[in-house]
Amino acid sequence: MNTAALKGELTVKGLRKWYHRRDQAPVHVLEDCSFRIEPGKLTVVMGTSGCGKSTLAYILCGYIGPDEGQVLMDGQPVKEPGSDRIMVFQETALWPWMTVMENVVFGPLAKSRAGRDEATRKALELLRKFGLSEFKDKYPGQLSGGMKRRAELAQALINSPKLMVLDEPFRGLDVMTRELMQEYYIKLFEETRLTTVFITSELEEAIFLADRILIMGGTPSRIVRSLEVDLPRPRTFDVLATERYLEIKKEALEVLYGESMQQQTMAC
Amino acid sequence: MKAAEEGMKASIADRPVKRNRRLPKMNWRGALAVAAFFLAWHFLVLLKAPGFREIASPIEVLNTFLTQYIGNPKYWNSWVASFKRVIYGFVLAQVLGIPLGLLLGTRETFHNLVYPVIEILRPIPPLAWVPISILFWPTTELSIIFITFIGAFFIIVINVHDAVRNIKKEHYWLALSLGANGGQVFRRIMIPSVIPSIAVGMTLGMAVTWNVVIAAEMIAGDNGLGRLTWEGYVSHTVTVVIIGMISIGLAGYLSTIGVDYLEKKMMPWRGTR
Ligand SMILES: Nc1ncnc2c1ncn2[C@@H]1O[C@H](COP(=O)(O)OP(=O)(O)OP(=O)(O)O)[C@@H](O)[C@H]1O
Ligand SMILES: [Mg+2]
Repeated sequence: MNTAALKGELTVKGLRKWYHRRDQAPVHVLEDCSFRIEPGKLTVVMGTSGCGKSTLAYILCGYIGPDEGQVLMDGQPVKEPGSDRIMVFQETALWPWMTVMENVVFGPLAKSRAGRDEATRKALELLRKFGLSEFKDKYPGQLSGGMKRRAELAQALINSPKLMVLDEPFRGLDVMTRELMQEYYIKLFEETRLTTVFITSELEEAIFLADRILIMGGTPSRIVRSLEVDLPRPRTFDVLATERYLEIKKEALEVLYGESMQQQTMAC
Repeated sequence: MKAAEEGMKASIADRPVKRNRRLPKMNWRGALAVAAFFLAWHFLVLLKAPGFREIASPIEVLNTFLTQYIGNPKYWNSWVASFKRVIYGFVLAQVLGIPLGLLLGTRETFHNLVYPVIEILRPIPPLAWVPISILFWPTTELSIIFITFIGAFFIIVINVHDAVRNIKKEHYWLALSLGANGGQVFRRIMIPSVIPSIAVGMTLGMAVTWNVVIAAEMIAGDNGLGRLTWEGYVSHTVTVVIIGMISIGLAGYLSTIGVDYLEKKMMPWRGTR
């Protein structure tokens, strides 16, 4: 086996997922989801609100199990949370009782790979890179939304995971901060080339960032379409004005439009 | 990458969320209200308003206090007796209640086994435990401490139990993804997550403890601030009743200050808001 090729490659086969609730009918969320996440690529997962994007992400990270199907990471079945995969959650999951620094060094210290000095040094380096060094001794409750997101990125990256799952990381940020975060994030990705699953419901964001877009649809949801985004990297916001961008956007809109039409008729 | 760093620092001009620092200021309105209260009391007694015939005026109370109580060791012993009971009951409730709450919140089998018993015992008011407690415990002192303990115990158990069950799953998941083991998750995630609820449980518990101690002393005690107040009533000395009441109020207030201080120490991340 070629070890260089094995770096956060995910193979997802026939996932089905229900939420079982007490005294209520189970909710069927995912139906026969099968796809591959290519190593070193940024795969965007898109879908309407409530279609099961977060659920899918939890399964990929091993936080919850599917009712049927399997997730393989570099050929190994994913059964539980592991330190080679990490998620940046939709709602911030920074621990409010730890300072930014404590949040960031948690990973290295938990795994006791490194001494405190070494971990702190590495964390400082990352925090500086993320423009947070002045805030290292603040608590998450004292940070703005954009800063929290950056702290979470630092917390995840310090652990050098093989796969990163970002669940609508920029939702809820104001437009300015959001654009800056996108610009910053794409540079980060292009530098690290860390295998990434990026969840969003914004089409522009999806095309700007993605190597490939998986569109979820239907009830229960499945992957209805996979679009290659072959815009050249490194990317800047200039790509949003290119022909190719508009073509991809048009194609994606058709799929999304078809999906929402279907939902409308179902609802009537 | 360097350029990106610089860009990031310069462009995102987000500052930490600003919060007002509250300086401890003299509360003039509050002071005025307290003064008005004593004045109204004084004049109502002076004018022999209905219901106030038997009540002593604040001057009389102050007089009695200064001449008979301030230097009286028996009076100060009442303080000590009541405080001791409150502290024993309160501390015992925390020491036993917090681990029990954690166990109930984390162990499913244990929860199913023990929780129903707690649900049955919890609604029984602490004072309803007085007769059984007196029969059970060899000394009155122990039975009063036990009743006090009961008052705070169920509150803290339920608070911790609910808190454990409501910890955000993401908090656990994140720790596991960062390579934490069970012990680390317990110490660094679970315990801090429930601290705010422990704090709430302590505040409520402290209030209940004083309630219960005073009532229990009136029923069963032979000393303490509750007893002092009750003896004043039995011997028709209204000044003593009022001295007792004000003492209890002060004692409760001091305890609240103590608990608040402890809570601030327990939650440094809250103080910065
Ligand atoms: N723990 C749960 N128990 C029962 N139902 C759930 C649970 N979590 C999610 N659901 C339901 O499953 C569906 C998918 O939820 P999920 O959070 O995965 O969607 P999403 O695409 O991430 O939505 P959003 O855009 O709001 O983040 C929703 O209908 C939701 O109500
Ligand atoms: Mg979601």
